[in-house]
Amino acid sequence: MFAGLDMDIARGRVTAIMGPSGTGKTTLLRLITGQAVADSGSIHVAGTDMRSVRRADLYVLRQRMGMLFQNGALLTDLSVFENVAFPLREHTDLPERLIRQLVLTKLQAVGLRGAAPLMPAELSGGMTRRVALARAIVMDPEILIYDEPFVGLDPISMGVILRLIRRLNDALGLTSIVVSHNVQEISTVADTVFLLSGGKVVARGTPQELQSYPSDVVRQFVGGLPDGPVPFHYPAIDYFSELLAQGEDH
Amino acid sequence: MNPIRELWKSLKETLQDLGAITRFLLRLIAHSPRALLRFELIVQQVFNSGALSLVIIMLSGLFVGMVLGLQGFQLLQRFGSEEALGTAATIGLVKELGPVVTALLFAGRAGTALASELGLMRATDQLSAMEMMAVDPIQRVVVPRFLGGVITMPLLAAIFSLIGIYGAQLVGVQIMGVDSGSFWSQMRASVDLRDVNEGIVKSCIFGIACSLIAVYEGYYATPTAEGVGRATTRTVVTSAVVVLFLDYLLTAAFL
Repeated sequence: MFAGLDMDIARGRVTAIMGPSGTGKTTLLRLITGQAVADSGSIHVAGTDMRSVRRADLYVLRQRMGMLFQNGALLTDLSVFENVAFPLREHTDLPERLIRQLVLTKLQAVGLRGAAPLMPAELSGGMTRRVALARAIVMDPEILIYDEPFVGLDPISMGVILRLIRRLNDALGLTSIVVSHNVQEISTVADTVFLLSGGKVVARGTPQELQSYPSDVVRQFVGGLPDGPVPFHYPAIDYFSELLAQGEDH
Repeated sequence: MNPIRELWKSLKETLQDLGAITRFLLRLIAHSPRALLRFELIVQQVFNSGALSLVIIMLSGLFVGMVLGLQGFQLLQRFGSEEALGTAATIGLVKELGPVVTALLFAGRAGTALASELGLMRATDQLSAMEMMAVDPIQRVVVPRFLGGVITMPLLAAIFSLIGIYGAQLVGVQIMGVDSGSFWSQMRASVDLRDVNEGIVKSCIFGIACSLIAVYEGYYATPTAEGVGRATTRTVVTSAVVVLFLDYLLTAAFL
């Protein structure tokens, strides 16, 4: 899937990873988080080699990471409060009073303290994403990873998530990695953007630098052009030859 | 198409599946001691698999017992020994029908619920989210469900048999007129602990088999609506076949 991919993600910054669909952005996140192992090459996260890390060490490392999944991935049998409290209950022996304070603090940070008793099925898409964000930061991680955080959100919810990405990154001193398609939106919060295509980085720089990047792929992606280096048509045999080949099965 | 090659391929796949499920079982067993430390998670699953299956188990037990009472009475009447109805019904229920029918009902009610729940958790990234929170989903989610099922099955089988005996008594004594004293005394005299043990062993083994199949199918379900549906169907079909096959082996072993 990747060939010659070379990326450095700076500590304390918001880094966006963008690219056309099917280019391997989510796979890259899976490699960074150790959910998948690369066949070759090397991936280092906070000094840990992800290709040779032992399972126990991986779990220790993951306690320093938070991840926001595309659909939130809240545990459907737990309330909002219990979802946010989940990592604390699993990894700490904190007294109930402290857990309550920590959970309410994080829910307040995402504006959903009032939704604490609700069940995930009662939440809108934007609220689900915000609860998942509260859960992702409840262990005070160093690295926060967002997988397509804006999919299916209305403009207000999208604005809220964008603001939270920037605010949480700066307030908590995080390193944020955001995978997204939304060029305009992510440009407002990202410090650095990597554009992937064909298994490698085709552009890197600030969002402003990307706007005038001398590359057809970048121009097509940033401008949202339907045809270009990423073709409109899926590879197929000649159109007329196929139409004239009557009655032959595909 | 070469039938021998196809047969060999199918056999190889079956052996691979068997190997995979055995490895999965060993993994569950290895995680079980730590899971037992959080017994409240297991109790929750005993409630989900057991308490929520009670109505169907009790109703089925009653009807199976009543049918057994009718059929048994008709058969025994031919030999003039209808007083043995209590013994016949109890042995049939405790050794055979109780464990087997309970296992089949468990696979249909609790097994499918377990498989679809785990499959949906996989499809909605809940299991991946746990992994990312450094929580092992096998330890936190799968093992409590597996152990819950294993604990639940003998309890449900016992309730099934108990209600079944009452059903047989209802029909045999209350409707067909078998003497109540003979019904109970012959039962107590002829059914010994070995019969009860056979039922307990069977239901424990069926509990392991049905729970294992359900959590395995759910955990490894393809994360799509179709994949979850297929996992649910496979849970019922595989459990039914395995239970009946194991029942034969266990019955032969106890002879």
